[in-house]
Amino acid sequence: MSNDREVILSVKHVDVSFDNGGKKRFRAVKDATFDIYRGETFALVGESGSGKTTLGRAILRINELSNGEIDFKGKRISGKISKEEDTNVIRSIQMIFQDPAASLNERATIEYCVSEGLYNFHLYKDEADRIAKVDKALEDVGLLPEHKSRYPHEFSGGQRQRVGIARAMIMEPEFIVADEPISALDVSIRAQVLNLMNKLKEEKGLTYLFIAHDLSVVRFIADRIAVIHLGRIVEIADSEELFAHPLHPYTVSLLSAVPMPDPQIEKNRKLVVYDNSKRDLSGPKPVLQEITPGHFVFANDREMAEYREKLKKMDEEKKNLTNQ
Amino acid sequence: MEEKKVILSAKDVEVRFRVRENYLTAIRGVSLDIYDGETFAIVGESGSGKSVFTKTFTGMIDSNGAITGGSIMFEGKDLTKLTTDKDWEGIRGAKISTIFQDPMTSLNPIRTIGSQISEVIEKHQGIPHEEAKAQAIELMEKVGIKDAANRFDEYPFQYSGGMRQRIVIAIALSCHPKILICDEPTTALDVTIQAQIIKLIKDLQKELKFTTIYITHDLGVVANVADRVGVMYAGQIIEYGTAEDVFYNPQHPYTWALLSSLPQLGVKGEDLYFITGTPPSLFNKIQGDAFAPRNPHALKIDFIKEPPMFKVSDTHYAKTWLLDPRAPKLDKPEAIQDLHGKIKRMTDKGGAFHVE
Repeated sequence: MSNDREVILSVKHVDVSFDNGGKKRFRAVKDATFDIYRGETFALVGESGSGKTTLGRAILRINELSNGEIDFKGKRISGKISKEEDTNVIRSIQMIFQDPAASLNERATIEYCVSEGLYNFHLYKDEADRIAKVDKALEDVGLLPEHKSRYPHEFSGGQRQRVGIARAMIMEPEFIVADEPISALDVSIRAQVLNLMNKLKEEKGLTYLFIAHDLSVVRFIADRIAVIHLGRIVEIADSEELFAHPLHPYTVSLLSAVPMPDPQIEKNRKLVVYDNSKRDLSGPKPVLQEITPGHFVFANDREMAEYREKLKKMDEEKKNLTNQ
Repeated sequence: MEEKKVILSAKDVEVRFRVRENYLTAIRGVSLDIYDGETFAIVGESGSGKSVFTKTFTGMIDSNGAITGGSIMFEGKDLTKLTTDKDWEGIRGAKISTIFQDPMTSLNPIRTIGSQISEVIEKHQGIPHEEAKAQAIELMEKVGIKDAANRFDEYPFQYSGGMRQRIVIAIALSCHPKILICDEPTTALDVTIQAQIIKLIKDLQKELKFTTIYITHDLGVVANVADRVGVMYAGQIIEYGTAEDVFYNPQHPYTWALLSSLPQLGVKGEDLYFITGTPPSLFNKIQGDAFAPRNPHALKIDFIKEPPMFKVSDTHYAKTWLLDPRAPKLDKPEAIQDLHGKIKRMTDKGGAFHVE
């Protein structure tokens, strides 16, 4: 990864913990550190309960941090900030939710759903301006101006998700947190929404934090991937690199669970089940460290040596394959 | 499969629902034989009728719906003729069991896990409570619950999603069913857990020798589990064959489209193939091929006359006019040509997709 790229969002040693009814506080996110560059799609992958949504919400200032700091365009946006800055963050960082049926007000017209952000922040000169903005936002996501007067239930799942995207886009954000944006959609519709997200990214120079559990989707859409397990980021790499050279055993197990649409190959695949208790966890405390440029893995020195060995073996396999 | 014995045979099944003053034809004449011991997967998008179709096997269609045509033969009985709960005794839940998508809604939250399993055993097998409990614990162990005896008296909320689904499987298997219907059994679960549950069902099938019918929209899952695959669209099976037939040599444009839109096959930086439009409303009579309006390869005849089921090979059938000798020869979309070669190159040692 070249170093001259602009860091748009920087997450530094972030902890998010929750009160656990008098017992020890529950640490949902543990010491998360990563940078997101302008214009990329950065995916955060993990199973439910891994803390991926909590971290996404922390960036949007919905969850408070108990430690660490989040910077947006070089300025701290976590903790106490001025009202003006808060408004600014809300405008520039928008969210796309998982279930478009649940995130749209079913009693409101599409026009209202999409304008809500404009109303809240008085981001329009007059009625004509507001309507022009709504029309533009709908057009951007492939809907028509006449859809304005309809209600969410009149749309299909894919169209509803487009409305969800339109209401984020109307705020003219620079950064979008997309929390499982296609998980609730039908297979045939997923592709449309993924294409749309890619198109908007190109046209508007957006940056995405794409939160997902499905690695097959992430491979297609993400430039870089961070794997999170039990609140801990265990591996970060370019998406091609992560798929070709997964190092952390949890990443390996996640990859082994991605179903491939090929009966002969799929029926012979070996499932790798990740079990923390069966791992050799001896040695000093692991930290997230860089093993090859841009590829980070959560490991201690002993594990790093093992991973280097593993990388070497993978390189040989690759040579063998290309020689064939 | 050495010898193919048909365990369940559906013929021209039609199901209609009454919605306010209108009738909706959810299943439009489906014929299908399920062989003993096989795993048959039904794929399709939501609303294609895959759940409704299999619900006819256990008489669980909602009260505003009815089977309006055809027959479903199972062990010499026509299941479409059964009406009362009494008729279904000994079949539903006993010989044909179902696992549903969401394990939270199929378990009773205020009763212990153990009692929910042993209840089924007691009721169906008529054995005393203590014996049923022993069997239930054995079943819990079989589905991979560690320390089953101690967890017998716990409640569903104390179990994780994957474990709850294991319990649902235990309940479904408690009466040694001949057919297990798995209705999106892993959709609500995480990928890693999904893979484990799929493996569990497979292992149990090998051990207990039941027939499995999978309903899913995930073609990756289908590739993993299925011996044979049926693709459903707008209330009809439009193509079926062995998993190899359907994945490596798909014939229907809808199957092409489903396969091509998979993100696993997507090339970064290029658009994914996607299906335009929406499925047709089943309130109206459908003319011609139901997929025609969304089909970029549609022929004139597709809009006029419904295609018959053409035979591709002894195992492979597809309902598309493209197979008519008079139809133009079309190539499959680029994305799914040489599917096996592509994925093999990806997953070979040293390829783009590391496999242990």
